[in-house]
Amino acid sequence: MLKKSKLVVALAAVALVASTAPAAPAAGNLEIFTWWASGGEALGLAGMTTEFTNKNPDTTFVNASVAGAAGTNAKGVLVSRMEAGNPPDTFQAHAGAELSSYVKAGQLEDLTSLYKSEGWDKVFPADLIKTLTTKGKIYSVPVNIHRANVLWWNPAAAKKAGITKAPASLDAMIADLAKFKKVGIDGMALAGQGDWAIAHLFDYVLLASMGPDKFNGLWNGKTKWNGAEVKVAITKFAKILSYGNASKSLDWPDAGKLITTGKAGFFIMGDWASSQWQSEGLKLGKDYTWAPGPGTAGVYQWLSDSFTLPKGAPNRAAGIAWLKVCGSLAGQDAFNPKKGSIAVRKDSNPKLYDSYLQAAMKSWKVDRLVGSTVHGVNYGNAGMSAYDSAVGKFYAGDAKDSAGLVKGLVAAYKTNNA
Amino acid sequence: MALKSAKRKKHIQNPWGGFFFVLPSILAMAIFVYGMIGWTLKFSFSNRTSAWKKDNSFAGLARYTELLDDPEFTHAFSNLLKFTIVFMIGTMISGLIMSLLLEKGIKGEGFFRSTYLYPMAISFIAMGTSWRWLMDSAEGPKATGLNLIFDKLGLSFLENPWYTSIKGSMFAMALPAIWQMSGYVMALFLAGFRGIPDDLREAARVDGASEYKIYRHILFPQLSPTFLTVLIILGHISMKVFDLIYGIASKGYVTKVLAIYMWQVIFDFQNYAKGAAIAVIILVMIAVVVIPYLIYVNKTEEAK
Repeated sequence: MLKKSKLVVALAAVALVASTAPAAPAAGNLEIFTWWASGGEALGLAGMTTEFTNKNPDTTFVNASVAGAAGTNAKGVLVSRMEAGNPPDTFQAHAGAELSSYVKAGQLEDLTSLYKSEGWDKVFPADLIKTLTTKGKIYSVPVNIHRANVLWWNPAAAKKAGITKAPASLDAMIADLAKFKKVGIDGMALAGQGDWAIAHLFDYVLLASMGPDKFNGLWNGKTKWNGAEVKVAITKFAKILSYGNASKSLDWPDAGKLITTGKAGFFIMGDWASSQWQSEGLKLGKDYTWAPGPGTAGVYQWLSDSFTLPKGAPNRAAGIAWLKVCGSLAGQDAFNPKKGSIAVRKDSNPKLYDSYLQAAMKSWKVDRLVGSTVHGVNYGNAGMSAYDSAVGKFYAGDAKDSAGLVKGLVAAYKTNNA
Repeated sequence: MALKSAKRKKHIQNPWGGFFFVLPSILAMAIFVYGMIGWTLKFSFSNRTSAWKKDNSFAGLARYTELLDDPEFTHAFSNLLKFTIVFMIGTMISGLIMSLLLEKGIKGEGFFRSTYLYPMAISFIAMGTSWRWLMDSAEGPKATGLNLIFDKLGLSFLENPWYTSIKGSMFAMALPAIWQMSGYVMALFLAGFRGIPDDLREAARVDGASEYKIYRHILFPQLSPTFLTVLIILGHISMKVFDLIYGIASKGYVTKVLAIYMWQVIFDFQNYAKGAAIAVIILVMIAVVVIPYLIYVNKTEEAK
């Protein structure tokens, strides 16, 4: 018995050492903190890592990734480490307001000079640089652009319902949802797990219902959350939810499966859905197809993963070397085709990308850009969390409590600007 | 016996040796448990309500009064109460029934014992994921999981939205927790039963007591320390429940409990003071249950 317990103690000690080892950066290490741990995300990161190690052969690459839940788990760990004054050399965050709490806390270095020296101020779209700039300074380097307002559908299931082309407006989409229902197919695929995917759908409905100008006004107070436009959007949102699948507990890949197996008609999800399906062996154009979110053609609701340089990074030089790879043409073209997103740079090579992404690249250059709320562009972490929670509550209550949703959205706005 | 006590005396000759042996753990406890509790307490009385406004000044009870006005907090609190009640009663009853079935020493007891105990060995996240599938809210022709079983058995009136409805969410959420912990409660009760000498039962039988009366008047009264222990263990597990609920529903609104809300307030809202206040409330709730129990145990030990 004694022997056994000794063994357990020894094992525990080994486990402790093993788990704390990567957190102690030695000289010549680059510690990078991400939530990309599997699938296309991990492949894309590996592509960029190769690019980095080719250029910096003397630096050891340490990946401190914390998987899962659109980065919510990773953010928890990161917040503690930043607060404890133990930052990684660089970390992943959604570009935009999500970074604001770190910026306000003075935890990030200004990267404006890097934009000049690397020429990013010319090759990144001007609209994007404007969003990234806080009081004349830029604090992150975006590596990719995802589109949030995409409608995914299954041509075979649509044919059964007599739908041959994607609806052009929000109301046309609602009419199509009814057609799906008639043939016994759920109209809209809904992913209720953890609230964010439902909030993602709501974010699109807001945009489609009130248009980009009013939508942008929501985040700076010019459009009132308790105004008529929001109420109209909520009514339409409730209508759409009523055509959803009955299961309220699906994760987004499960909800996506309803589309690819023909059990649901439409799915509003970011374009990472496409790379997920391709990794499952499905074919774009045959097993599933896409259209811009109905009523939002010509508007690109974007979100972007970016990397930062924390103040007091143990190996600042390595952090900067990593950021240079992130912004470089070679780095972005190594990362994005695998991740299923497009490059931020305007000079990226379209031949490396599939047909959806090529179309997205074209739109990215000409479309009106608006941010995604659920993915960190419009609100900081606090506002985002409150926004998700308000929509989740509405959905859980069978979409009946519109007044409660308005109240929650107003509160989320206040939380964000507290 | 005499030899043993002589040996013991020899050890006691150097009382400092024993003290130095436990000193590291005393220090670790002082810093990492009580020190941290003090730290959290201090934070909960401060103005540190965001990551960037580094204002650690004293705020008195401001954070606590804010919580009372916070609908999310009251929602999480009432969820936790519902969960605790259903979980404790459910686990006690099913654990007791299982121990009654095994108590007489039936054939293959070892097999059943480990089977009943087995759910405890499963990680919360793995368990949460499979229960999420089981408790799928779709009903009727599209049902899966438990609802599908009800549907196939012709018990479709039993189909329900499980943890996704605002009213029933915490009752459904208690189900996996009961499933997991009742084996453990069974083991505790079984140990309690085994600790009662057989002579008592035989004496009662000789006196002509029925089986029911033996349990009611002889066995159960002797089990009351076990009941108390079970109550305390379940109570404190229930109040800090986090991983099970996170595994099933993530941080979704309907099933939010105090621990999940605390995590959200600290890491998403980065409102450290408010998060610390929630932590203190959870601690106080657990302390109210555990401290009287510890005092009681200490007293009875001393009496022995």
